[in-house]
Amino acid sequence: MVRFLISFERKGDAALGRVLLLAVIILLAPLLGLADEIPKSHAQPPSKSSVTQDIEVPAPPLTEGIFPCTACHDNKTLKPNANRRSLGMHDEVQLRHGPESRWCLDCHDMTDRNKLHLVSGERIEFTTSYLLCGQCHGDKFRDWRSGIHGKRTGRWDGKKQYLLCVHCHNPHAPRFQALQPMPKPKGPGDIKLRRGGAR
Amino acid sequence: MQTLSNLRRFIQDSFRLMIQGNNYYYLWVAFLLLLILAGGVAYTSQLRHGLIVSHMRDQVSWGFYIGNFTFLVGVAAAAIMLVIPAYIYDWEPIKEITLLGELLAISALVMCLGFVMVDIGRPDRFWHIIPLVGRLNFPQSLLAWDVIVLNLYLLLNWFVVTYLLYCSYTGRHYVKALVLPLVLFSIPAAVSIHSVTAFLYNGIAARPFWNSAILAPKFLASAFCSGPAILLVLLQVLRKTTRLAIKDEAIFKIAELMAYTMGFNLFLTAAEVFKEFYSGTEHLVFIQYLFFGLKGHNALVPFAWASVATGLVAFLLFLIPQTRKKWLTLNLGCALIYTSVYIEKGMGLIIPGLTPDALGEIFEYTPSTVEVFVAAGIFAIGFLVFTLMLKVAVPIMLGEFTLNRGVLPNVE
Amino acid sequence: MNPEKPLKPISECTPCASSDSRRLFLGTAAAAVAGALTGCGKLSMDEFLQHNFRELSKAEIQHVIARLEKEYQEKYGKAVQVGVDPALQGVIFGYALDLSRCIGCRRCVHACVKENNQSREPEVQWIRVLQMDKEEGVNIHHADPYYAPDRVPEEGHFYMPVQCQQCKKPPCVKVCPVGATWQEKDGIVVVDYNWCIGCRYCMAACPYGARHFNWGEPTLPVEELNTATHYLGNRPRQKGVVEKCTFCIQRTRKGLYPACVEICPTGSRKFGNLMDPKSEIRYVLENKRVFLFKEDLNTQPKFFYFYGV
Repeated sequence: MVRFLISFERKGDAALGRVLLLAVIILLAPLLGLADEIPKSHAQPPSKSSVTQDIEVPAPPLTEGIFPCTACHDNKTLKPNANRRSLGMHDEVQLRHGPESRWCLDCHDMTDRNKLHLVSGERIEFTTSYLLCGQCHGDKFRDWRSGIHGKRTGRWDGKKQYLLCVHCHNPHAPRFQALQPMPKPKGPGDIKLRRGGAR
Repeated sequence: MQTLSNLRRFIQDSFRLMIQGNNYYYLWVAFLLLLILAGGVAYTSQLRHGLIVSHMRDQVSWGFYIGNFTFLVGVAAAAIMLVIPAYIYDWEPIKEITLLGELLAISALVMCLGFVMVDIGRPDRFWHIIPLVGRLNFPQSLLAWDVIVLNLYLLLNWFVVTYLLYCSYTGRHYVKALVLPLVLFSIPAAVSIHSVTAFLYNGIAARPFWNSAILAPKFLASAFCSGPAILLVLLQVLRKTTRLAIKDEAIFKIAELMAYTMGFNLFLTAAEVFKEFYSGTEHLVFIQYLFFGLKGHNALVPFAWASVATGLVAFLLFLIPQTRKKWLTLNLGCALIYTSVYIEKGMGLIIPGLTPDALGEIFEYTPSTVEVFVAAGIFAIGFLVFTLMLKVAVPIMLGEFTLNRGVLPNVE
Repeated sequence: MNPEKPLKPISECTPCASSDSRRLFLGTAAAAVAGALTGCGKLSMDEFLQHNFRELSKAEIQHVIARLEKEYQEKYGKAVQVGVDPALQGVIFGYALDLSRCIGCRRCVHACVKENNQSREPEVQWIRVLQMDKEEGVNIHHADPYYAPDRVPEEGHFYMPVQCQQCKKPPCVKVCPVGATWQEKDGIVVVDYNWCIGCRYCMAACPYGARHFNWGEPTLPVEELNTATHYLGNRPRQKGVVEKCTFCIQRTRKGLYPACVEICPTGSRKFGNLMDPKSEIRYVLENKRVFLFKEDLNTQPKFFYFYGV
């Protein structure tokens, strides 16, 4: 809230902004005591990193029992193999994502299998996989950060829960899955007095 | 003091007149009472279960009730059709007819208010619409306007009629300074009740079929046909059954005026049809539904064409002097006009306005049994009111029944 | 035949609650006649005499709320809270719906029914999802609300959910003869269900088919009753009155998203404060291709359709 007020005054219509600021301050006066608890970083205008910091996401939807990957991919009993090939394992994964040339290690890190990696080589956690997706899908990533692409729950005036890209889009086959629609409405001709009345 | 006792006797004598009559009279009244009873039973069911017993639904949220209401506002307004020549031109044979016209207007208004009352979902909250007591959204809502003008018009007609009859009863001459302004005022009032009712639909941008500036003039033109159509037949009946003397000349004159207004009404319909079909915008669907049906839904089509055909034939019958002055063709013309306008201003106006609905859905509405019975009951109430009023008004008008005579005349 | 769950009438005639001596001047007779007109003969005097919500004093509002809560308690055997949260200052609600993402799954429709205590029988739904042809574009004359395939979206179609557009110039408010519906300061168009006379003029005037009438006695399963209600929102309704979407007034005035936003699996539904330049809704308006449904009617909706792609 504090962040919003500051940036509002800076960028918005100054006069209106001040009036609103005043109004909101008066309204929130009892809450101002809480302001101390808000970390300083929140008072900064949003940058890429600050936005991602206060985005609350649930854990990524990893297949049950599969994590940590290093349980198998320990680089000892199972040595990394950088050759593109069809695998004996993970046959549930049907890769239908982008060009033919793409394969596992484009995203999964070869040496630390508990992590993903960006094009730059920087390793990232599964919990921040959106950074990886965002490399190609920049426009979606921008919309997602602004709360436009993807589902948001929580408060319109405060804390929201985001979903990771992978919650809706299986990274191996990202097309949004078709759903069974819920029942259709009754037609006007089917809305009738129930036998024996409504009571 | 004298006035008060006279008034009491006027009311008492009026009641005595109402309850006395020949067998036909009793039979007619009994028939109406039976219809009212049937309507009452149907309405009780509607009160108990809600408007779900009608066939109206969210898609077509107004139907038979509001259609009849609209038609009857036209009948009520048509009283001025007779007031204008009578009072402005002081045209002798038509003066008594004017009184009858006003009685018709009163009955029509009673039916109008009845149809509004049965159409609302919460009749127990009727008081919300009473000015000062409730909260009338005036001047924003055209329905608020309609409530005001309809009730004012009812009051006005009721007062003028009662006053004139009372004067006639007591044998005094009416105070012209009182009656004339009221009657003159009733002319714009009649125009206004029908215009306001037209505006009620006209102002709704969501329903392109209604949202046409031609609607109010068309309402007036068609009203000027349908109201007198009823009166012409009625005058002939009264001429036969009572000593009321109405010259042929008056009847033919009214018929001639009706021919002009029907011609104008048909012209306005043609103008509307041209505009819709030639421009061919997406608003065309409504008039298409009315005249040709849409996607296999064509419940209204035969009625729509019947309305045009009957209107056209009646126009010709009334336009040509030979057929206008022949009783058979004259009465046929009246029936045709009545049919034409009843379709056009009733279901032919309301249903295509709402079909397809705001989201393009086509729901073919036809009134339910309950709706038909309730409507029949209201029509019966209107006819009963009209009958009883006539029963009193005619002898008084004829001077057969006055305070001094005191005796009941031997009417029919 | 089939063992349906018993549906509880939402506003079954309740016995006469307390009567207010101040108001007895109208006489019991009037209430009795009115009671007969409701078709149940047991209309409480207080309910009959209740005035328009906007004209009630704070004390009168409390009185009304207490009565309603008592009636609901008697009816459902559950405590129902009837809130009267006013509009938040500096807030005008706006809504945006991504036509490129909606798949027509109708989750929103049914979440709305539950959240807002809509009648199950006869069925009332505030959201209507139209299946449209991609070839035709947004054209209501090529719309089908009754689609029912195994899976959505269907090839060649897109989906357009329609609900109250919370117009800035609402034709429904203009036409109401008794002022039973109005626009609140936060832009939400509400109905006073206790003042509506059921004339349905608003339904004729609404270009979006967003208003719905309780044709019969509304019913809903007691176990599905949402007890967190608002006087102007989702409190159980009565027979013979009009109702509509209120952007979940009982939720949004507490800072929550509407139920339809919360449920939407595709995240097509966006909601927020139009006055807040940082809000999601403002982002949509400033960065996306947005259109207004039936814009030519100049109703100025605060419900925006956009193309997220």
